[in-house]
Amino acid sequence: MQFPTRTSPYTARLYRVNQTMGWVLLALLPGIGAMWFYFGWGVVINIALASATVLACEAWVMHLRKRPVGPVLGDLSALVTAVLLAISVPPLLPWWMTVLGSAFAILLVKQVYGGLGYNAFNPAMAGYVFLLISYPVEMTAWIPPSVIQENPLTLLDTLRIIFFGTLPAGLSWDAITMATPQDLVRSELELKQTFSEIQQGPLWGGLGGRGWEWVGLWFLLGGLLLLYKRVIRWYIPLSMLGSLFLLATLFHLIDPDLYPSGTFHLFTGATILGAFFIATDPVTACTTKRGQLLFGASIGMLIYVIRTWGGYPDAVAFAVLLLNMAAPTIDHYTQPRVFGHQRKGEL
Amino acid sequence: MKQHPIRHPLHSAAARDLNTLPGGLLLADHKQLSTCRPLAASALPQRLIIPMQQHIGQPCEALVQVGERVLKGQKIADAPGNLSAPVHASSSGRVVEIATYPIPHPSALTAPCIVIASDGEEQWCRLEPLRDDPTTLEREPLVARIRAAGVVGMGGGGFPSSIKLTPGSERNIHTLVINGVECEPYITCDDLLMRSEAARVVRGIGVMLHLLRAERCLIGIEDNKPEAAAAMQAAVAEQGLPHTEVVVIPTRYPSGGEKQLIYILTGLEVPSGKIPADIGCVCHNVGTAAAVGDAIFEGRPQIERIVTLSGAGVVAPQNLRVRIGTLIADLIPQVGGYTPLANRMILGGPMMGFTLAHDQIPITKAANSILVPSAAELPDPGPALPCIRCGRCAEVCPMWLLPQQMYWHIRAKNPEKSQAYNLLDCIECGCCAHVCPSHIPLVQYFRFAKADLRERAAEARRNERAQQRSMAREERLQRLEAEKQARLAAKKAAAQERIAANQQVNQSDPKQAAIAAARQRAAEKRARLAAQGVTPQNTEALKDFQQRQIAAAERRRQASSGSPPAPAEKP
Repeated sequence: MQFPTRTSPYTARLYRVNQTMGWVLLALLPGIGAMWFYFGWGVVINIALASATVLACEAWVMHLRKRPVGPVLGDLSALVTAVLLAISVPPLLPWWMTVLGSAFAILLVKQVYGGLGYNAFNPAMAGYVFLLISYPVEMTAWIPPSVIQENPLTLLDTLRIIFFGTLPAGLSWDAITMATPQDLVRSELELKQTFSEIQQGPLWGGLGGRGWEWVGLWFLLGGLLLLYKRVIRWYIPLSMLGSLFLLATLFHLIDPDLYPSGTFHLFTGATILGAFFIATDPVTACTTKRGQLLFGASIGMLIYVIRTWGGYPDAVAFAVLLLNMAAPTIDHYTQPRVFGHQRKGEL
Repeated sequence: MKQHPIRHPLHSAAARDLNTLPGGLLLADHKQLSTCRPLAASALPQRLIIPMQQHIGQPCEALVQVGERVLKGQKIADAPGNLSAPVHASSSGRVVEIATYPIPHPSALTAPCIVIASDGEEQWCRLEPLRDDPTTLEREPLVARIRAAGVVGMGGGGFPSSIKLTPGSERNIHTLVINGVECEPYITCDDLLMRSEAARVVRGIGVMLHLLRAERCLIGIEDNKPEAAAAMQAAVAEQGLPHTEVVVIPTRYPSGGEKQLIYILTGLEVPSGKIPADIGCVCHNVGTAAAVGDAIFEGRPQIERIVTLSGAGVVAPQNLRVRIGTLIADLIPQVGGYTPLANRMILGGPMMGFTLAHDQIPITKAANSILVPSAAELPDPGPALPCIRCGRCAEVCPMWLLPQQMYWHIRAKNPEKSQAYNLLDCIECGCCAHVCPSHIPLVQYFRFAKADLRERAAEARRNERAQQRSMAREERLQRLEAEKQARLAAKKAAAQERIAANQQVNQSDPKQAAIAAARQRAAEKRARLAAQGVTPQNTEALKDFQQRQIAAAERRRQASSGSPPAPAEKP
């Protein structure tokens, strides 16, 4: 009897790329739900816009490269990029900016380098930074959660705003957009307000910005799901959140009026999302255990430095991109000891 | 590299303080499939195809001729030198052919085999059982018996056991590790051996302990084989083996790797590029121990082994006691034949075995299992996707390597760089490929790159030798040239010396002096005659008629002309 030959091992494989990406998408859902609740339909529309764009872009590139389209779209990695970018940009961003950012992320950050696995930078964050630098005004105009609760925008209203820039009667841009809590704290601090005074403001919740803290908590839930499913490891999220929290707490203890607390830093902006979903992107992160600890801690530190003394309101994207650059070097210097070998440096 | 500081195991932790293996996998073991049936003897096949080389080392040459009758246990092929193991007839019959046949090999190679048509009589050759207690004997005769019985490692390596049992006086062996781990899924031949014939295994261990003068013996068995562990414990107690302990270790693949098992049991790491004996350990498989016992006590050669036949592709998976040289095709009917699901044939386990293209292949001493899985059991992983650097491979690597880094460097056609990540330490256990979400055949990449590295190393050695040869030639030519120059110079010097010496001699040589004197005299005579006005005509000594002729000619000359004849004028 004849049999086909193969190479070992022959066991059924435990994981698949699209399954991994699928879990990431699933784990994003609670946070996305919270964002929808606090920021309205814009979040959903952005996700749809970005997803359609990335799929079209990947299909086009595969067509140009004369490669089969199915397996590449099927690995779901482009969708993860699309969703991460879409939930990072303001919910009422003009549609073409979302499309432009997504196309930039897929075409120039991912596919130009060779597609999945070959890109040096996190595509979603590179797309975000591209938009932030190009359109700083639009990219910092967020809806305050209170607005949506007081003047609910219907899906149709939101579509009109995003696609045509026409606001419903009785509403003005100034009324529905506002700086993020990060921005607010920065400008208020510059106006010599103390942190505790700022915390009395209407945008404030229990832990961080009102609404934002809940979004962060729901993303945290998704992140824990990824940890539980072993899609990600704890090294990067914990070291990143830990270093950010410790630094913030240290400065907060030195001068509580001038420096926001550790919990503020954890539960505003994209901290939680970044720790569990962005910095953990395997392609662009470090791969060794010690490297991941260093990678995460450095991101946390950079976030604090940029938020506190830098020129941009949020810092997750910049910190992640900077460490993306350093990842290969960190990996090189954090190789584990191999069985039967001395530690590097020992003779 | 400095040796690892040896934490002497006897003085530190008790053996039961196991070291957990970082990395590795918990796999579904599927051992129930074949352990549910007892060990059975296999039927005598009509034809036995016995490969002449079933060990690592020098190939054997046939000691029998076509047509010759052989007895069961008779040595039919042997090779000189220690790094070889003789081959014996596994049943009585007639040698019908000595030719190349397919052998169990990942690349489906053929090799010289002795084909025996069995006569069904199973007539043994004369065996020589040992009369004395082996522990009272010296090493040499015992090792010679093991070598003569053709015992090779039955865990798959095929290394002649007699060599592993003589580690040399410079290596002090403190621990004999017996490997009853059998960590690969599906394989249960060692399990069944320990369950049914623990005494045979343990008596072999006793001999090994004596040969190695080891201080203790640790028998490692995974906790998914409680019956085997109990049987071994009972046998050790019954035979009163000193310093021997059955250690039940957690089931985790690949705990049965030699380096892994030594680490789990003793906490010692075999340094890269070294062998266990360098850190005072020797590791043998339980099957090998049984074969050593047979060779010592009964003089029985290694002519059979237990083979697991398992998987959804055979009707009734079971362990069979198989004569070496039996074709797999002859064994399949004894486990009920193939099921319609039979999709592939693997020799060994699903993690490290290799696929066979057909079943016309003989069982050898190292063939522990024939696995015939269904497509659902061991499905095709499908096309590979790009590596996403998730790092799962590094988490499960029992050698603590970074498989994905090695993979990237191999993809970049840079095997030297992958060696900088210690590619050559890879044991090809397959854990990395098993967990890879992109389904990349990592082990295949590593095998390829290792072969490439070995080839490059050989090439480098060849180049170095060529360079040395070329340098030697250059040197030789220069030397020859210098010698030639020296010789010429010496010759020249000698010639000059001779001339100088000759001149000196001239002045003293009487013959030369006589010649010089004669010349002197002649010159004086010419001068005298010239002074007298005589022109010598040399005519004085001539005969009369000659004188006359000359005078006549003189007269004619003067008569014809007053002057000598002029040369003819040009017009």
